[in-house]
Amino acid sequence: MKLYDFIWLVPLFPLIGAAFNGFVSNRRGLSKKTTHTVALLGAGAAWIYGWAAILQWFFTEDRTQPYVVKAFTWITGGELAIEGGRTAAVDIAASFQVDPLSAVMVGFVSFVGFLIHLYSVGYMHDEPDREYARYFAYLNLFMFAMLTLVTGSNLPVLFVGWEGVGLCSYLLIGFYFKKDWCAAAGMKAFIVNRIGDFGFILAIFVAFYYFGTLEFEGLFQAMGNDHHGHFAIAATIIGLLLFVGAMGKSAQIPLFVWLPDAMAGPTPVSALIHAATMVTAGVYMVARCNYFYQMSPTAMLVVAVIGGVTAVFAATIGLVQNDIKKVLAYSTVSQLGYMFLAAGVGAYVVAIFHVVTHAFFKACLFLGSGSVIHACGGEQDIRKMGGLKKYMPATYWTFLAATIAIAGFFPFAGFFSKDEILAKVFAAGYGDLNHNGGIYYLLWVLAVLGAVLTAFYMFRLVFLTFHGSFRGGEEAEHHLHESPWTMTLPLKVLGVLSIIGGFIGLPGHLWHHPEHNLIDGFLEPTVLHLEHGEHAAHPGLGLEFGLIALSLAAAGLGLAIAWRFYLMDPGYTRANYLARRFPLVYKLLLNKYWVDELYAATVIRGTVKLADLLWEFDSRVVDGAVNGIRHLTVGWSWLSGIFDLQIVDGLVNLVGTSYDAASRQFRRLQVGFAQGYAMVMVFGAALLLSIFFFVNL
Amino acid sequence: MIGATHYVVLSLILFCLGLVGVMMRRNFITVLMSLELMFNAVNLNLIAFSFRLSDLAGQVLAIFVITVAAAEAAIGLGLIIALVRLKDTVDLDQADEMRG
Repeated sequence: MKLYDFIWLVPLFPLIGAAFNGFVSNRRGLSKKTTHTVALLGAGAAWIYGWAAILQWFFTEDRTQPYVVKAFTWITGGELAIEGGRTAAVDIAASFQVDPLSAVMVGFVSFVGFLIHLYSVGYMHDEPDREYARYFAYLNLFMFAMLTLVTGSNLPVLFVGWEGVGLCSYLLIGFYFKKDWCAAAGMKAFIVNRIGDFGFILAIFVAFYYFGTLEFEGLFQAMGNDHHGHFAIAATIIGLLLFVGAMGKSAQIPLFVWLPDAMAGPTPVSALIHAATMVTAGVYMVARCNYFYQMSPTAMLVVAVIGGVTAVFAATIGLVQNDIKKVLAYSTVSQLGYMFLAAGVGAYVVAIFHVVTHAFFKACLFLGSGSVIHACGGEQDIRKMGGLKKYMPATYWTFLAATIAIAGFFPFAGFFSKDEILAKVFAAGYGDLNHNGGIYYLLWVLAVLGAVLTAFYMFRLVFLTFHGSFRGGEEAEHHLHESPWTMTLPLKVLGVLSIIGGFIGLPGHLWHHPEHNLIDGFLEPTVLHLEHGEHAAHPGLGLEFGLIALSLAAAGLGLAIAWRFYLMDPGYTRANYLARRFPLVYKLLLNKYWVDELYAATVIRGTVKLADLLWEFDSRVVDGAVNGIRHLTVGWSWLSGIFDLQIVDGLVNLVGTSYDAASRQFRRLQVGFAQGYAMVMVFGAALLLSIFFFVNL
Repeated sequence: MIGATHYVVLSLILFCLGLVGVMMRRNFITVLMSLELMFNAVNLNLIAFSFRLSDLAGQVLAIFVITVAAAEAAIGLGLIIALVRLKDTVDLDQADEMRG
C-alpha cells in the first residue's frame, strides 16, 4: 500500500481532533484528560503518518517529480478567455502533493506541532475545562490548516491553508478575549494579514490569466519552457503580488506590526504559530513559487531588500525590549528577514533550511520563555527576573542551546543556515547577480550587522533572565520551580535539535563533497534553473572560509558586548549609561521606531477620516437622496390623493347625486293611489290608441 | 232596427261610466261596483258581436268573464275587509302607503 496516496490524511487527522474538541469536548465540558488525549492523537497521527508516508515516498518514487494526489474536484467552471487570445477551463481540484519541499515542511511542521501540543498539556493545565478544549480545538485546527498549506498542490489549496492558519492565529492570539488588548491584538493580526492576503489572491488571478492553470507543476513547466521571456512581465507582477501576501504572513516591513502584538496569545501558540510554522508560510510560498522569482530580477531584488532591511530593523528594536516574548518576537521578524534575504538572492533551498533550523531553535526559545513565565507566575518583564538558572536547569540549558544556535555559533543549527545565507548574499554581490551586485553587497553588510545584533540581544536575554540574582521579590522567588515533564521534554528534544539540526545542511562544497549537504541536494529539484543563465562567479574557497570566520566573529562580538554589559556588570551601569548618553536612540528603539504610532497617525487616522467622510457622504447624499425620494413620494401621493378625492370620487358622487336628483323628480309619479295608476293606465292606453290611429294610419 | 252600433254605443257608455267610477270614486265598494259595470260593458260587447257574427265563442268568453268577475268580486271584498280592519274605513284615499 502506498501511504503517500493518502497524503491528505495528514491534515485530516488534526481536523478530526479539532472537530471533536470543538464540538463535543468544549460543549460538554469533558475532562482535560479526554481533551488532550484526542488532541495529541490528532497531532500525533499527523506526525507519524506524515513521516511514514514521506519515508515510503522517499524510497519508492522519483524524487525530482512531485507526486500529486487528487482528493476531489473542488471548483469547475466553463472556459475563460485568458491572455494571448487563449482559453482555459476552470478546473480546480483539492489535490495534494508530495515533493521534496512539502516533505521537508510536513516533516518539521508535524513534528514540532506535536511537541508543542505536548508542551501545551503542561502549560495550559490551569485553564477551565471548556477553555482547555477550545484551546486544543484551535491548535488542532491550526495543524490542519498548516499541513494543508504545505501539502496543497495548487495555489487555491495553498490559499485555503493560508487563510486557515490566519484564522487560527487570530483565534489563538485572542484566546484570552476577555482582556481587551488580547482581542485587539487578534484583530490587528487578522486585519494586517488581510492586506497581504489581498495581494496573494490578486496573484492567483493574474497567474490564472497568464497560465490558465494554478497547479504548481503546470506553472513550473510553463515558466521552465518560457525561453523567450514571454512571461517576464507576468512573473514580476505575480512575484511581487505573492510577496505582498508573504509580507503580511511572514511579518516583513511594512506589515510586521502584528507579530509583536501577537504575543498576547498563550506562549505555546507563539512558539508554534508565530515562530516555528505559520510565519514561515510566506517563505515556503516564495520557495514554492521560486520559478516566478527566478524569471524576475525585479521581484528578487524587492524580496532581498525587504528581507535584509527587516532583518536589521527588527533586530535593533529587539536590543532594548524588556518583555521576554517581545524580544523573541522581534527576533522572529529579524530571522524571517534573513530567510527572505536568502530567497531574494535565489537561495530558496537555504531559505527553507533556515526555516527548519529556525523552527527548532525559535520554538525552543519560545517554549523556554513559556516555562520561565510559568515559573514566574505570569511575569514577562525580564527586569523582574534573573538568576533562574539554578531554579530551572532544564529550561536554562535548552534555552542556552537555542540561543547559541540562533546566534550562529559552530556547530549549532543556526550556524549552518545563517552562515550559508550570508555566503549566498555575498556570492550574489560577488557574482553581480542580475547586475545588482552593489545592492547585494550592501545587504550583505546589513546581514552581518544583523548577526552581531542577534547575538547581542539573545545573550542579553539569557543573562538578564537566567544569570545574576532574582529581582522579582521574595514572594515570587518562593514560587520558582521547574516545569513538569510535558513541558521540559519538548524543550529537551528541541534543544537537542537546535544543536544537531544544522547537520542536514553541511556546506559540503567546502571539502569538495557537495552531496554532504543533504537538504540542498534533496530540495534542488523544486527550484527552477535557468537553462541559459550566466554562470555567476563563485567566491573562492579561501574567501568562503574567511566569510565563515567573519560571521563567527560577528556572533562573538555580539556575545562579548552582551557579556560585558549584562554578565560582568551586575548593576548594568554601562547599559544604563549608554541609554542615558543617547536618549533619542534609546527612546526610538524602545518605542519601536514609533511605527505603531506612525500607522495610527497615517493609515488608521486616514481610515477613520475616510470612514467619517464616507459617513458624511452617506448621511448627506445617500440619506438625502432617500429622504428626497420620500418627500417626492409624499408630495406625489398628496397630489394623487387630491385627484382621487376630487376627480374620481367626484365622478362617483356625481353618478350618485344625479340618480338622487332624478329620483327626486321621478318619485312624484308614485302617487300611491291605486286610482291614480289606473288613470295613468287609461290615459296611456288612450294616448297609444290615438297614436296608433292618427299617426300610423 | 237595433244594430250592432247601438250595442257598441251602449257598451261604450257603460264602460266609460264604469271607468269614471273606478277612477273618481273614493268609496272602495263603489269602485268595485263600477268595475263590475266595466266587465258587463265588455260582456255586452262580446255577446252583441257573437250574435252578429253567429259565433258562439264570444258568448263562451262572456261566461268566462262572468266567472272571473265573480272571483274578482270575492278578492275585492276580501281587500275591503282587510282595509277596514287596517284603517277602519273604506275610503281609498286613506290607503296611500305607497306614495313616493
